[in-house]
Amino acid sequence: MEIVVALGIAVLTASGVWLVLRPRTFQVIVGLSLLSYAVNLFIFVMGWVRGGVAPIVATMGATDPSRFADPLPQALVLTAIVIAFATTALLLVVLLAARGLTGTDHVDGQEPER
Amino acid sequence: MSGLVQHLVVIPVVLPLLAGAFLLVIDEPRHVLKASISLASTLLLLLAALALAVRADAAVTHVYSLGGWLAPAGIVLVADRLAAVMVLLTAVLGLTALLFSLARWHRVGPHFHALVQFLFSGLGGAFLTGDLFNLFVFFELLLAASYGLALHGGGILRVRAGLHYIVVNLAASLLFLVGASLLYGMAGTLNMADLAVRLPQIPVHDRPLLEVGAAVLGVAFLVKAGMWPLGFWLPATYSASSAPAAALFCILSKVGIYAVLRVSYVVFGGLPVADLIAYGGMITLAFGMVGMLGSQDLGRIASFSLLSSAGTLLAAVGVGGVATIAPALLYLLTSTLGTAALFLLVELIDRSRTPGANVLAVTADAFGLQDEEEEPEEPVGVLIPASMAMLGLAFSFTSLLIAGLPPLAGFVAKFSLMAAILHTDAIAARAWVLLGLVLLSGLASVIALARAGVRAFWGGSGVVPRVRLIEIVPVGALIAACLALTVFAGPAMAYLHNAADALHPADAYIREVLRAP
Repeated sequence: MEIVVALGIAVLTASGVWLVLRPRTFQVIVGLSLLSYAVNLFIFVMGWVRGGVAPIVATMGATDPSRFADPLPQALVLTAIVIAFATTALLLVVLLAARGLTGTDHVDGQEPER
Repeated sequence: MSGLVQHLVVIPVVLPLLAGAFLLVIDEPRHVLKASISLASTLLLLLAALALAVRADAAVTHVYSLGGWLAPAGIVLVADRLAAVMVLLTAVLGLTALLFSLARWHRVGPHFHALVQFLFSGLGGAFLTGDLFNLFVFFELLLAASYGLALHGGGILRVRAGLHYIVVNLAASLLFLVGASLLYGMAGTLNMADLAVRLPQIPVHDRPLLEVGAAVLGVAFLVKAGMWPLGFWLPATYSASSAPAAALFCILSKVGIYAVLRVSYVVFGGLPVADLIAYGGMITLAFGMVGMLGSQDLGRIASFSLLSSAGTLLAAVGVGGVATIAPALLYLLTSTLGTAALFLLVELIDRSRTPGANVLAVTADAFGLQDEEEEPEEPVGVLIPASMAMLGLAFSFTSLLIAGLPPLAGFVAKFSLMAAILHTDAIAARAWVLLGLVLLSGLASVIALARAGVRAFWGGSGVVPRVRLIEIVPVGALIAACLALTVFAGPAMAYLHNAADALHPADAYIREVLRAP
């Protein structure tokens, strides 16, 4: 399972970095989204306990606290998702504005001279 | 009253946040109401920051547990001297930039006041927070506000520069998250004081991963600080943004430096990669210097001087270590105030070259300003006699401040910085290189600013710029603040020495945070 998750993070990160380095704004924004997915998954994995149970203290019968999954990374991921989502939305607006004002989707606002 | 004093620490975060949220619901045409709310909030922020700075000097730290949850598990705000000084700097800078914007900038785009208040809230939180993840949250808050402010006024130039700015900072934020989560994965906590306690207990085979986490975190901070080669976005963005926004941004690059100092000294008990920071800072300094000399435009000169001041700070802390923190902080204060004054002046001086309000013309069509008809020809206001002379005087003072020549505080700061570097036990070769670079950058600033000044004041179009009193007073206030720092350099240095002493053996900080009542 760890291998699969690690591979997932790796593929997402690699694709994200590759796309961010493209000169087109749309590819950059998709790349940033992929990167943020990879980062969120990464944070999530940081608190991973294989087979961990939900960290809820049952009323009947004592649950072994050592089997609890760490809840904090999940809270962190939640915050990170919200923030990344909001800032990406903001970037999208700026991207559209840049596209409208410059008439090109090149990240520098003009096509390179050849 | 004692209840309010007890909650003083949280005011720099909550007050601007509430004010900003309230400003969002007020309709755009009600400029006077919006400006008064924003101004009132900023004034209160300044008072709170002053009270915080005074109180922080009495005790070591004030720990505020949000929601009453105690430190290692709960979220804390910590106000020690360093944080208090930075909040105070934010408030001073914010008030002057806001006053300046009242002349016309606050009407040139939507939600200017709300964005400024959110920026203050993010800055206050970033300076006061006691744990890494909230540092990230507040960074995002201030960055989101700064994205809006960078685009304030619109136009192709701003959008193009803003696009790069946002992408670079989003990528840096993702690095920040990776670094913070690696530290959490290794140490099991995000509270800085708790991290400092737990780090020695981490097994040796986990150390490399922890160091990778810290390094990634450091890269994220240094992007904000604009260290070479992570700071190429800075000159384009800052010189393209509107004058009050650029003045506010002067403190944004200092947030990165503050975070480097805070996290390094509290969590790691020292600068972990001092060499890297030292050389990176020196290259940044040199880059900023060359950029200043190579720029024609006054706005770009100001941006590059901001870069070189960030480089000076990083290099000084990297080379000199603990002994240079206090003079570096004084330099941070003066260079921030000086560069902000320069950014404000740039716009006023530019008016002599391009009569009329060309900026307004660019932005008016983008935003469809309503009060265009009210002020058809004279959007700049009344003519002050000898406004050119006032501008010239302000410009020369600002130049002295940035170059670090006497009699203003820039000199005191640079002099004490160099003295502190010279007083380190074994003066390494790089210390001499840094001293040379600092001196050279002063010379480069004088040359670049004098050249630009001569072109603006003597070789101009002969048009006397129309400057409103409300625009020149904030510039004067920034210079006056630096003058006050010169006159009261003794007490200021004593305060900053105390701040540095509390920062380096951070034992008191850690103890207070973990045993907060």
